[in-house]
Amino acid sequence: MTNETTKDLVDVSSHEGPVETPSAQPPALPDDKTAVATEPAVERDGVIQTQNMDIYYGSFKAVHDVNLNFQFNEISALIGPSGCGKSTVLRSLNRMNDLIPTARTEGVVTYHGENIYAPGVDPVAVRRRIGMVFQKPNPFPKSIYQNIIWGAKINGFKGSKAEADDLVENALQQAAIWDEVKDKLQESGLSLSGGQQQRLCIARAIATQPDVVLMDEPCSALDPIATLRIEELMLELKQNYSIIIVTHNMQQAARVSDKTAFFNIELSNEGQRTGELVEFTPTDQLFTAPKEKATEDYITGRFG
Amino acid sequence: MSVEAPERLEIQEHFPTDAEYDKLLGKKNRKGLIAKMFFMAALATAVLALAALLYTIVNESFGLVAQVNQNEPEDIVASFGYDPSTTALADLSYDELVESLGGGISTNVGRRLEREQRFYADKLVFESDELWAEICSSDEPPAGCDSSPRDHAGVLQLVNERIVQPDIIAAANLVPSLLDPQAFEEDVEVTFANTPERFPDYTFDQVQFQWRAWLNPTFLVTPQSTAPETTGIRTAILGTLWLVIITITFAVPVGVGAAIYLEEFARPSRFNDFVQTNINNLAGVPSIIYGMLGLAIFVRALEALTSGAIFGIEQANGRTVLSAGLTMGLLTLPVVIISSQEALRAVPNSLRQAGLGVGATKWQTVRSQVLPVAIPGILTGVILALARAIGETAPLILVGAASFITADPTGPFSKFTALPIQIFQWTALPQFEWQHLAAAASLTLLILLLILNAGAVILRNRYSRRPQ
Ligand SMILES: Nc1ncnc2c1ncn2[C@@H]1O[C@H](COP(=O)(O)OP(=O)(O)O)[C@@H](O)[C@H]1O
Ligand SMILES: [Mg+2]
Repeated sequence: MTNETTKDLVDVSSHEGPVETPSAQPPALPDDKTAVATEPAVERDGVIQTQNMDIYYGSFKAVHDVNLNFQFNEISALIGPSGCGKSTVLRSLNRMNDLIPTARTEGVVTYHGENIYAPGVDPVAVRRRIGMVFQKPNPFPKSIYQNIIWGAKINGFKGSKAEADDLVENALQQAAIWDEVKDKLQESGLSLSGGQQQRLCIARAIATQPDVVLMDEPCSALDPIATLRIEELMLELKQNYSIIIVTHNMQQAARVSDKTAFFNIELSNEGQRTGELVEFTPTDQLFTAPKEKATEDYITGRFG
Repeated sequence: MSVEAPERLEIQEHFPTDAEYDKLLGKKNRKGLIAKMFFMAALATAVLALAALLYTIVNESFGLVAQVNQNEPEDIVASFGYDPSTTALADLSYDELVESLGGGISTNVGRRLEREQRFYADKLVFESDELWAEICSSDEPPAGCDSSPRDHAGVLQLVNERIVQPDIIAAANLVPSLLDPQAFEEDVEVTFANTPERFPDYTFDQVQFQWRAWLNPTFLVTPQSTAPETTGIRTAILGTLWLVIITITFAVPVGVGAAIYLEEFARPSRFNDFVQTNINNLAGVPSIIYGMLGLAIFVRALEALTSGAIFGIEQANGRTVLSAGLTMGLLTLPVVIISSQEALRAVPNSLRQAGLGVGATKWQTVRSQVLPVAIPGILTGVILALARAIGETAPLILVGAASFITADPTGPFSKFTALPIQIFQWTALPQFEWQHLAAAASLTLLILLLILNAGAVILRNRYSRRPQ
């Protein structure tokens, strides 16, 4: 969509231009290790690309040969039946899968052209630029203020108290929760409602100045009204961030996403249920004129 | 789908009819009731056992005694011109106490006391200056030559021991004393009448009947003595406190550190499984074995360290409170590790993901997010460790807690005794007074345990309620 502005990114921070954080701008942050100059792009290189990605849990192959190209400033949705590996794929995009001892990712995942699975890449640095929002809201059992500032601090934020306040306000503003919490920043993040907690978690994720936010079914624990607010928020955030969202709710994918990836389960000869990417196309196209029969079956409810 | 309905009907036949179900329900409820009764009985047994324990200890710690004083404290007080009804022996000044002591003991005994510890820093009471200079410049000068002078409590104890010379000739427990105080006095009178040879030095007229709390403030602050009437447990309390401090200082950082490594950093491997199994087993190893270990390692092999020799402290051997504390530390380590592991395991994984998800390292996440949540649980383990460190006796005997010691432990390299040791030794003595003293010391031990635990519980509650 707004790809022109971000095409030949050399430094991620320049991409953060629209972020209204005068005081919390990258100078206060340490050098970015993950951002490198992209190769001269032949086609539209996205912010994150996967090439021939296979993911295993021990000897079980959870997903097979995934090739995805997530564009800048777009919302991409991952849909598919339960167990097809949506979360697995999402977690591999910022190396959260590393936390599962048996998990193993093969193939290449590039972020701004750099393979995040290359030897020598520290997953800690990757996660700072590719933030994550989880299915169940999981604020830290600390004050709302601490929830936001902690991520910045551990990533080397050296601003003054006033600049820290600005950073917190800005993140909460962007996450559309500032008005609700501005008078109780010192109260526990756990004192908020589920929907507020989830927006707090989004604010926390964007406070470390990422440019991609991964969301794994962020609304599945929320009521419809809270869900609506998060969806509105995602459309807002799209201007500054690339968002990749896993959802089991097809309407949600249709409402918010620009592109949708449909995954399906393939039964192998040995009876293993391996997830496969069926198609990754613009959302309006996927829901009106899917290329594949499997997609059509799924979205029309004839699945299974 | 169409075959499912008849199948269901068939299954229905395997369930009881309504009448059968009523019977079944009655049976189920009866079984539940029996189980409930059993659990209540179990609880009652536990409560009874605890109550019996407390009853025994308290019963022996207080009660009537029959006492004979060689000199009445009132007379001593009066001899200085005070009113005995308002002034107690303990209210006398240091000088007055020394004076009354000097008036009641022989010069020889006085000299011996002075050589143990002088009365004044600037003057001598019993020794002559020339002789003092001579013995202090001899090859083996007595302790009094360079130790600090006695204090008020010390001299008060001397006056009690040497001048008042109380002798408790019989004692009753709390409950009989309350129910029938007359019976006790009559008992003593009958004993005097029938077997006067048992108390050759006294007549019945000299006997004073009075209430005695074997556990009293003087008992707590007085050093150990060979006379049951004037002994105390100050040395043992201080020894136990030192022991607890050293144990906790060693076991908590090491135990929590090991738990953090095992839970947060170690990847599942055969070696780590092996370590884990061994930790679990170590928690069940009898304490006497830890005593053997402590004796071999801390007292013998590391003697240079535990005796303080490498710090320039002259000490005969490694049987110090440091050796004992480290041994207790080893003993409590598995408990601390296991309970800390459980506390860490109870922290939801979503919190770790949240921390790592914003780009924190594992350690940053553990330190700032996981540990604060786990601290209440960890403190529970510390409380358990504390209780063990206070109560264990066997390892202390092996690593050589002193049985008779009157000097306060002043540091990790001190010789020491501890409350359980004291109790153990007193119960082994034949005279009836020591049984009451052992009960009083046991009560002290329980109260000390309660105080320390309460401190840990308060800390724990503060952490779990803290507005984060
Ligand atoms: N931690 C794990 N260990 C082993 N297998 C896992 C783990 N997480 C997921 N899987 C397996 O991987 C497959 C994909 O799971 P997941 O990515 O959670 O699917 P989805 O999010 O699409 O429902 C499933 O078969 C699941 O059982
Ligand atoms: Mg999932």
